[in-house]
Amino acid sequence: MSQNAEHVLDHFDLFRGPEYKEMLANKREQFENPCEASEVERVREWTKTDEYREKNFGREALTINPAKACQPLGAVFAAAGFEKTLPFVHGSQGCVAYYRSHFSRHFKEPTSCVSSSMTEDAAVFGGLANMIDGLANAYNLYKPKMIAVSTTCMAEVIGDDLNAFIKGAKEKDSVPADFDVPFAHTPAFVGSHVTGYDNVMKGILEHFWDGKAKTAPELVRVANEKINFIGGFDGYTVGNLREIKRLLTEMGVEHTILADNSDTWDTPTDGEFRMYDGGTTLEEAANALHAKGTVSMQEFCTEKTLPYIASKGQQVAALNHPIGVAGTDKFLQEVSRIAGKPIPDSITKERGRLVDAIGDSSAHIHGKKFAVYGDPDLTLGLAGFLLELGAEPVHILSTNGGKTWEERVNQLLASSPFGTNCHAYAGKDLWHMRSLLFTEPVDFLIGNTYGKYLERDTGTPLIRIGFPIFDRHHHHRYPVWGYQGGMNVLVWILDKIFDEIDNNSNVPSKTDYSFDIIR
Amino acid sequence: MSVTVEIQEIKERNKQLIQEVLEVYPEKTAKRRAKHLGTFEEGKPDCGVKSNIKSIPGVMTIRGCAYAGSKGVVWGPIKDMIHISHGPVGCGQYSWAARRNYYIGTTGIDTFVTMQFTSDFQEKDIVFGGDKKLAKIMDEIQDLFPLNKGITVQSECPIGLIGDDIEAVSKAKSKEYGGKTIVPVRCEGFRGVSQSLGHHLANDAVRDWVFDKLGNKNDGFQGTPYDVAIIGDYNIGGDAWSSRILLEEMGLRVIAQWSGDGSIAELEATPKAKLNVLHCYRSMNYISRHMEEKYGVPWCEYNFFGPSKIADSLRRIAGHFDDKIKEGAERVIAKYQALMDGVIAKYRPRLEGKKVMLFVGGLRPRHVIGAYEDLGMEVVGTGYEFGHNDDYQRTTHYVKDGTLIYDDVTGYEFEKFVEKIQPDLVGSGIKEKYVFQKMGVPFRQMHSWDYSGPYHGYDGFAIFARDMDMAINAPVWKLAKAPWKQAPAAA
Repeated sequence: MSQNAEHVLDHFDLFRGPEYKEMLANKREQFENPCEASEVERVREWTKTDEYREKNFGREALTINPAKACQPLGAVFAAAGFEKTLPFVHGSQGCVAYYRSHFSRHFKEPTSCVSSSMTEDAAVFGGLANMIDGLANAYNLYKPKMIAVSTTCMAEVIGDDLNAFIKGAKEKDSVPADFDVPFAHTPAFVGSHVTGYDNVMKGILEHFWDGKAKTAPELVRVANEKINFIGGFDGYTVGNLREIKRLLTEMGVEHTILADNSDTWDTPTDGEFRMYDGGTTLEEAANALHAKGTVSMQEFCTEKTLPYIASKGQQVAALNHPIGVAGTDKFLQEVSRIAGKPIPDSITKERGRLVDAIGDSSAHIHGKKFAVYGDPDLTLGLAGFLLELGAEPVHILSTNGGKTWEERVNQLLASSPFGTNCHAYAGKDLWHMRSLLFTEPVDFLIGNTYGKYLERDTGTPLIRIGFPIFDRHHHHRYPVWGYQGGMNVLVWILDKIFDEIDNNSNVPSKTDYSFDIIR
Repeated sequence: MSVTVEIQEIKERNKQLIQEVLEVYPEKTAKRRAKHLGTFEEGKPDCGVKSNIKSIPGVMTIRGCAYAGSKGVVWGPIKDMIHISHGPVGCGQYSWAARRNYYIGTTGIDTFVTMQFTSDFQEKDIVFGGDKKLAKIMDEIQDLFPLNKGITVQSECPIGLIGDDIEAVSKAKSKEYGGKTIVPVRCEGFRGVSQSLGHHLANDAVRDWVFDKLGNKNDGFQGTPYDVAIIGDYNIGGDAWSSRILLEEMGLRVIAQWSGDGSIAELEATPKAKLNVLHCYRSMNYISRHMEEKYGVPWCEYNFFGPSKIADSLRRIAGHFDDKIKEGAERVIAKYQALMDGVIAKYRPRLEGKKVMLFVGGLRPRHVIGAYEDLGMEVVGTGYEFGHNDDYQRTTHYVKDGTLIYDDVTGYEFEKFVEKIQPDLVGSGIKEKYVFQKMGVPFRQMHSWDYSGPYHGYDGFAIFARDMDMAINAPVWKLAKAPWKQAPAAA
């Protein structure tokens, strides 16, 4: 018996004790009908080959370990960024349990969201009754200022009409007639979570700007000097939006952050549970129509929203999750151009500090090969920064990236000599990435928590940047945008590089000559 | 104050509390929810609440769906099979490796638990159907993962709505691959009222697509009089392992584990067991009853949380065998006595009298009560995410008179109950964890063991005790209020 009260062993150590090792070996041999060890080894080696890669890339139907989620997740993300707004997902209830768990595991925060809990009878008769009861219950129980409705694939397959249902519910007095219930159809079988973000953002703006589903007069735009800012679906939303607000304030740019969930997912522990905290006020959302222009930090999260805003007469600019010097330069220049405000010296100084830091450290990154995967915009932002650092983003993969994304990546790669041997992989998954890492190895991998399986299989050290990050804490509190954000990403990359150098030079009398104290 | 008076007061408080939360609901909903909230009255055959009824729209139920019950619980942990999340990408994505059913194997080669295989449905699959795609997926699996021992199809919502025939595809492909085990499961998320129906459907799929197709597979099986199968231990953080070791130490031979670190070979061998020992009654009673009827394998429930219940359970299991095993059970209990004494001596003084509120799935709303009591703690409120009436009947053996009972609790109710009762610890899931921690209430996740574990067995109890202590006695909870916000101390 290894367990003892004084020094309690948990799963890390307990099962490595001899009695458990023996038990598990016996279980395998006697009862599991295991494959021969040599056969497992043979197949394992085979999966590393070019032949396997070819088969793997020949897949037409099966997706394995994708790096994307479904629309309603993005819908909940966007809705949660508005003041006292309760996301309401019409359809099966298990989906909502999943979204809430998913966000809570990433942000280590509560995520409030309700479902209309549709079951078999709703599949037959439609979900109107669920909408009527659901809105009434949510309104009475959780006292929201707004309920933002989206859909699961079930409601979409049976063709529930949100506009009609919400009207019907209001006629039944589920919520007051003038209560804000914007909506968006978010079928899980179209696009990904970034599409859902886009649909809900557009749905909320349309609601306020275009006459609240014909229940109020359409707003007439009277242009002012403000700038709207849309962050998109972003695992670093807490740190990023706060950093953006600081930068815009520093520039003296009056602004509205649309879907500001920086406080939603960063509430204090002080004895009070805040179901709602922060968020874009409904007044701000409505008045955002009058802004001079709108900047989207993520083009692929606002593919429909941004043209819609432009159609109202605003100037718009779309970026691709800019990270680093050039990306931030472009972002600030766009803001400056639209707002007509210069970039202050204080920010130019911040820029200089990031350049300074890169200058200090770039020798350690220069020429290193990276694989990067994640959402379309994030991968573009990261690849841009890597090129700037003199690194080569050899494999750039986005499961929810399409043709346009691929073109954007290729343009970016063509802009730098470090991009010469690099490739974009649109619509591919992490099992494809596994083949890439075996057949064309790189020095480091950048991706979300699920990259740890690739790290284990291929030995490629993982730098965790992306969504979700479940197994490291609090990184979402740091910005990756702005020069300060670039600094954070630089440090995360460097920390891993230095750790690797140390880990590879720490065997006494074997490799210890490189175990330097100064690097 | 006498104990009786105190219990009367608690019952009165519960009544008022229930009244208070119901007042906020619209009338129709209040009526429905009232049936799920109550107080346990000593001597009653159940807990006085309705259960296994549809959740009410818009109230923030904590429940999941049938897919979660089948893929996440019953089938997902069968390690040498590939489980296809059939439909859009999300379901498989959110449940990907989230449940911590530990296993041993070479992932991606002969073992596949922590992988996400999906048909990633697109609009054209909805419009034209997904059967052809499913067939092709099975071919690609055979090609890329030659050591897989079988395939299951875990249906997501659209499958049942668009009229796909996954059974036909599965049959055809099984035939094509020489009788390979291919199991279609109709666990679409809209079926039933919770995860629970998913467990049932998954159990039925074992019956129809594994047992009924056994043929002569078990002919060569070399049985012993002491063969048992562990059913319904999901090996969260290694629970089934810290349970298995005790059964082996008492002289039994564990021929199968369902479904944590389980394999298809173990499932197939289970009808050969002399006794099925069942931990999670809720999710696995169906197949246990079936094996009793069809193969004559008796089953017995057990509870491996905390030394009192472990000892009871070891003796109950041994009761199905001869004296050799009965002696074995006593030997095991004695062997671990010193460890248990040490754990209780260390932690009980730190936890004595602390009050706990639970809301969990499966068997835990009752099963863990004994473990808390072993540490001198008291469970003052409990409820099931997806329990049925037979769970609430079984709960009467565990709870004390006056315990607050809440079935399929809503986010609102749970928050209000905790606010009022002010327990020293809440045990529930990830969606609830941060709500209560914000309130300054210590919390442990009782689904994932908060990434710790195992909690089952004697080895697990040491970890359980340590974890409850570190939750309740963490210095952080004293920091929640800023000094300048605290009420001035009475002079």
